[in-house]
Amino acid sequence: MAVLANSASEGGRAEKPILSREPNRFAAALREAAFTGLVSFGLFLPLIGFETVTNIRDELILRTRWPLLAAFVFIAAGGRFFYSFALAPWLARRAQKPVKPAAAWRGHFKKWFVPFAIGFVIAYPVIVILVTGWGGALKWIDNFGIQILIYMMLGWGLNIVVGLAGLLDLGYVAFYAVGAYSYALLAKNFGLSFWVLLPLAGILSSFWGILLGFPVLRLRGDYLAIVTLAFGEIIRLIIINWTALTNGYAGIISIPRPSFFGIPFNANDNGFAARFGLEFSPLYRVIFLYYIILALGLLTCFVTVRLRRLPVGRAWEALREDQIACRSLGINTTNTKLTAFAMGAMFAGFAGSFFAAREAFISPESFTFIESATVLSIVVLGGMGSQIGVAIAAIVMIGGTEILRQLNFLKEIFGATFDPTQYRMLLFGLALVLIMIWRPRGLIATREPSVFLKKRKAISVDLVQEGRG
Amino acid sequence: MEYFVQQLINGITLGSIYGLIAIGYTMVFGIIGMVNFAHGDVFMVSAFIALITFLILTAWLGISSIVLALAIVLIVAMLFTSLVNWVIERVAYRPLRGSFRLAPLISAIGMSIFLSNFVQVTQGPRNKSIPPMVSGEFVLANHNNFPVTLSYKQLIIWGLTAVLLLAFWYLVAKTPLGRAQRACEQDQKMAALLGIDVDRTISMTFIIAAALAAVAGTMYLMYYGVVTFSDGFVPGVKAFTAAVLGGIGSLPGAVVGGLIIGLIETLWSAYFSIDYKDVAAFSILAITLIFLPQGLFGRPDVEKV
Repeated sequence: MAVLANSASEGGRAEKPILSREPNRFAAALREAAFTGLVSFGLFLPLIGFETVTNIRDELILRTRWPLLAAFVFIAAGGRFFYSFALAPWLARRAQKPVKPAAAWRGHFKKWFVPFAIGFVIAYPVIVILVTGWGGALKWIDNFGIQILIYMMLGWGLNIVVGLAGLLDLGYVAFYAVGAYSYALLAKNFGLSFWVLLPLAGILSSFWGILLGFPVLRLRGDYLAIVTLAFGEIIRLIIINWTALTNGYAGIISIPRPSFFGIPFNANDNGFAARFGLEFSPLYRVIFLYYIILALGLLTCFVTVRLRRLPVGRAWEALREDQIACRSLGINTTNTKLTAFAMGAMFAGFAGSFFAAREAFISPESFTFIESATVLSIVVLGGMGSQIGVAIAAIVMIGGTEILRQLNFLKEIFGATFDPTQYRMLLFGLALVLIMIWRPRGLIATREPSVFLKKRKAISVDLVQEGRG
Repeated sequence: MEYFVQQLINGITLGSIYGLIAIGYTMVFGIIGMVNFAHGDVFMVSAFIALITFLILTAWLGISSIVLALAIVLIVAMLFTSLVNWVIERVAYRPLRGSFRLAPLISAIGMSIFLSNFVQVTQGPRNKSIPPMVSGEFVLANHNNFPVTLSYKQLIIWGLTAVLLLAFWYLVAKTPLGRAQRACEQDQKMAALLGIDVDRTISMTFIIAAALAAVAGTMYLMYYGVVTFSDGFVPGVKAFTAAVLGGIGSLPGAVVGGLIIGLIETLWSAYFSIDYKDVAAFSILAITLIFLPQGLFGRPDVEKV
């Protein structure tokens, strides 16, 4: 709670008079609100008070937006007042209450959650079709289901690198791009099928992972993060500039899509629908793709869970906790890090080739740093190392931003020019900051140890020393 | 030869801008050990504040004296950007102090995404270009009809950078605030025990970093005459490269690193290919970190158990 209280206190050292007498509290809250108002006025004056627009003669002119500025300042001051006067005392009172023991249903919940969740994702397309009908299902399976599953898979893949091995990788999207371009180029130029190229793309990506990982893995922490970021950008810039191979910004179009055991999903006579005597619908392909990515995602998760119990997985986690101790116990740290890097890169390669096959179009725009940041934030929000946490974080972050696309009713409130998708990344950035402040350890902040002596005890992440990657 | 000298002049100009941003990275890293990922976007925000101030001054108030306008723009941009960075530190980084290592970095990434999208939403996604603020140039040499020129704006950037660096050096080396900063860099707990307000010192560090970034932002706007919401990322990473190259935590290192990066980038564009200039900058970052992780002026990092 102290963290939360601290976070909103822009106005000086604020939380002193929480439990003092009433009039004092009111006055203090008012004072803080006035201060916040003043600060936010200064903060928003240039960028919200004024708008730069280009006029007909192509000159930049200024327009004022005083009402909007007033609204922002008023909301900031009002929110601050509400917080200091009502919310903070309430939170303080709540923090003083003894913590209730966990209810009995929680144990059952934990036990049944995973099977239920897997059952739900398997049945998801059927449920969607039943609820929304044949016509509306496409959006929900494609935009929600497949999109979330891609990021879930990427999150699980990166979880091996960041969550298990403790290596901060800000350039994960590079391997995703390698996978996507491998599939696109090999499928278009050599006509190989999706099922041949899927493992090949994974191998190529992990090869790149080893190639890039080899020189940089002796760096630690933040430096490693920045170098991986640099590599991610270098690969993207090469894709942009090597137009002879990749067609640059324009991207690669009409990439072959995967077929159902050789049967393509199209409206022809030998297409999927005609062969099985069904009416043609694009939905069949989407459902097929949904199950492919679901299988790939579950494979990633399964492999990770199993790897954690193998010597190499144990070595990863040991490396995360203490590199020097690892080295003195005879673990080859370079090789251990490289396996984690290559493993993570391989899954990114799988996801990348699936992405290329699903979109049938790829361009460097899809592989910007924002993607790396999104995947990393999913891993960190999930709690670094927790498989379920990553899944929940992917649903919250990707599903949340996808839902923004659907909020058309907001147009009726804010006028027809209001476009909610504009605010997608804005809210994403804000959410990242707020969740970090609220739960810096991620949503699921306890880890089940994979090795234990006689009795299994959950350890809080707070107790775990930070690994120096 | 003339061509080379001209590129040298351009490179030093660009390097001055990178150097000023790099100081912000290096200072913040020195004092709280965090890569302030949003610093590049703070730089971009400052360029926008400068743009708006400039438009108010010229279009609304009709100030025609360019020196006066530039001085006011500079001061206003420094003030408002400092406020922005102060609030960012307060809201996004301070609650995470003492948390695990990745938390502030993620928060800073979030802040960076937030800032660039905030500017996109409030000011529109298009390029914002203004007529040149300062024009005119000195012709230094003119052999074979290839004039080597030093434009007034380049001279302003050089002069301003030099003056600011001197002022900044004085601040860190001679004033109580600078002493407090260096003390916090070495040991925050001990500094607090000796009566230094650590929180205030860190806030001041962010304010100074933002003020220098604002100078860089204003000069960027003056030099190129155009700015967009996405202009923070690449200069930010390059400035970080400069800070790393010079040895992160070292102030002269940041400036020297900035100049080196600026020169390499300009010469690379001039002699090899302009398409791959960012690749060159990023490669330098990787190569430096791999072969010279402590940078040119930094102390080697000893790993203790």
